[in-house]
Amino acid sequence: MSDTILTVEDLSVKLPKGADRSHALGGVSLSIAADEIVCVVGESGSGKSVMANAVMRLLPPEVAIAGGRVLFEGKDLASAGNAEMRKVRGAGIAMIFQEPMTALNPLRTIGDQIGEMFEIHTELSKKDIKARVLALLQDVRIPEPAQAARAYPHELSGGQRQRAMIAMALALDPRLLIADEPTTALDVTTQAQILKLIRELQKRRKTAVLFITHDFGVVAEIADRVVVMQHGQVVEQGPVQDMLHAPQHPYTQQLIAAVPPLTAPPPRTLNADHILTLENVSKTYRNGGFLGRGARVTHAVKSVSLNLPRGATLGIVGESGSGKSTLARCIVRLIDPDGGAIVLEGKDWAKLSRDEVRRETKHIQMVFQDPFASLNPRRKAGDLVAQGPIVHGVPRAQAWAEAQELFRLVGLDPSAMDRLPHEFSGGQRQRIGLARALALKPDVLVADEAVSALDVSVQAQVLKMLHELRERLGLSIVFITHDLRVAAQICDLVAVMKDGEVVEHGLAGEVFGNPQHAYTQALLASIPGGDFTRSKKPVTV
Amino acid sequence: METVKRYFRSPAAVVGLFLLLVVVAMAISAGWLYPNDPLSLAGRPLIWPFSNPRFLLGTDNSGRDIAAQIFYGARISLLIGGVATLIAVVIGVLIGAFAGYYGGWVDTLLMRITEAFQTLPNFVLLLVLVAVFGSTLTTVTIAVGIVSWPAPARLTRAEFMSLRNREFVQAGRTLGMKDIQLILGEILPNALPPVIVYASVVMAVSILLESALAFLRLSDPNVASWGNLIGLGRDVLRVQWYVSAIPGIAILLTVLAVSLVGQGLNDALNPRLKSR
Repeated sequence: MSDTILTVEDLSVKLPKGADRSHALGGVSLSIAADEIVCVVGESGSGKSVMANAVMRLLPPEVAIAGGRVLFEGKDLASAGNAEMRKVRGAGIAMIFQEPMTALNPLRTIGDQIGEMFEIHTELSKKDIKARVLALLQDVRIPEPAQAARAYPHELSGGQRQRAMIAMALALDPRLLIADEPTTALDVTTQAQILKLIRELQKRRKTAVLFITHDFGVVAEIADRVVVMQHGQVVEQGPVQDMLHAPQHPYTQQLIAAVPPLTAPPPRTLNADHILTLENVSKTYRNGGFLGRGARVTHAVKSVSLNLPRGATLGIVGESGSGKSTLARCIVRLIDPDGGAIVLEGKDWAKLSRDEVRRETKHIQMVFQDPFASLNPRRKAGDLVAQGPIVHGVPRAQAWAEAQELFRLVGLDPSAMDRLPHEFSGGQRQRIGLARALALKPDVLVADEAVSALDVSVQAQVLKMLHELRERLGLSIVFITHDLRVAAQICDLVAVMKDGEVVEHGLAGEVFGNPQHAYTQALLASIPGGDFTRSKKPVTV
Repeated sequence: METVKRYFRSPAAVVGLFLLLVVVAMAISAGWLYPNDPLSLAGRPLIWPFSNPRFLLGTDNSGRDIAAQIFYGARISLLIGGVATLIAVVIGVLIGAFAGYYGGWVDTLLMRITEAFQTLPNFVLLLVLVAVFGSTLTTVTIAVGIVSWPAPARLTRAEFMSLRNREFVQAGRTLGMKDIQLILGEILPNALPPVIVYASVVMAVSILLESALAFLRLSDPNVASWGNLIGLGRDVLRVQWYVSAIPGIAILLTVLAVSLVGQGLNDALNPRLKSR
């Protein structure tokens, strides 16, 4: 490659004692040329973020570079002093982070924060800085740049904040931009826009981009070259087309195989009998205001009507703020709906009193999104699973024996029941959460983003297990997700939500294959690496 | 186990624990080392420390052995500190838990009551309680406990408010748990560590409050407490200053010990906060 900007040679980074491995990075080598986007792909714990932070020398205090070189414009950053690094950061190498809300200072305006870059690194006058900031904001295509410059971070949407972050990173025309999962926290339509923006700016300015992601869809969308990392080592690197279509290393092959395809598996015959029926379910939030005046009213769920056939899976997809999680919480009565009926096995669930809900709750159970937050950190795994039956009057010994069975059912070793949640991995915790929900032998399972926090390969395993359990236990599932690829894999029926309303629903194959509503079409078009994922054969999980 | 190991890694925490154990040892050994009533006449009044081997720390203005009073005083300070802290934490946790868990009007009501207590200076309220109910050891202990609960209540409430919407609590609710099961079984164990740490502050303040009360001669005069000794020494402060200074140092070291242990617990229970 001509005109190499950054060369990483045999870089190793040591972890403090007591970590799960001795080195976060062991001998990583890669290079990036000008006008090139290199994607570093790997699952959580692969060391991809540590690598980016090591280049910027932003490692936490106990973590240190143990060996190797980071050559940027002829200088070795691995051994550069702090003063030297400060000159490189921002001006030579800029970085954008995953969560634009926490990366921006909430107490200062956007314009101020971008202007700071010029104040620190240049001698420009206040007026010039202001003009430059405005030009930058125009460049990243924020609507109403002048207004955005005066806004505080919380006044912008997630996508606009990420645009502001990009403007800040590009302020001094750095030669290298490091982007650490910059679109992971964004909705799919916003993600598509941001990816397009990064690609465009990069082409125009001939910046080298080191793009860190876990998503092969994003890779297919943006990368020129791909570096695959596992356990702190580079297992394979090469041009994007080769990597996507002819991966050599078994780990790369496994990762690509785990990318969910966008085509739905052939439809199953559905039961005509409906186990769960939602009729005009609504939930409205009111906040602020005095005696009803000036109050802000949010219609989180607007008159939603859906049916779930017995033994089927109903997917509810939508972006953040679409009301899908509120709907899920209404169904299990964590939130009381304002109106409408939720009929489960002939009983109107929405009209039951709190006490009745407590008694009837064994018919409908929920699996939560965050495998770290959804388990009480102070209870043993076995207790967590046995808890439900014990609450409903099953003797302790019997509940514990049943929990053992459930552990086997979800693919965990019953000998691990004495361990605390933090001793399990994310995927294992999600299995515990599933076992806990299944302990009450529910008829309907509501899974709220149940696989969204997991790595692709783990995600595929959990989905496969859900599929098997559905068959074996005759479960009916309401599956809430923002990821259409996941929905395509497991759902028989799909409902697309936007602003609290269901805009389109029907069989998964029809909704994905022939979307009718403009919003569904936009969602499908925004999926990163759309052609790549569509080209994959549907796997029958 | 991890927590214990982390605790012993900090030298300050180990020193604090050692001091606290010394005070506890004094309290336990008092009856054995000084079998006589510490408030009975022992010798000539106002003997300077280290001048008479029979009275190592000298005697006070009524001729009572200061060393004996210090040893017995350790019992009173630990008793008042311990029991008053227990009272304050139990009341505080109960009120904070209900306010934080239920929110709404329950929260408003309980917090207004808490604020009513907080706006009154602790010590003035303590004086009023002692003036009304008399100054026996029991009433003083309870009164100290009653003036100290608002801070633990606010702390518990804040913890409950942040924990009550966590997914594991929602999961408990979907399993059909009753509110009381959620409060006691799910949320409280997770909310407790910062409250336990704060309890050390309450304990230190309780010991100081009792001493201050005794200094004004409003504490129970029939027990040998450090505060009483300081109060007595007031009359001879300019010449025989040691009568007040020795119990003063005892109080200083005990409060220091309790605070160091509290800090050590804090670092051991919240390891992530410390490394920065």
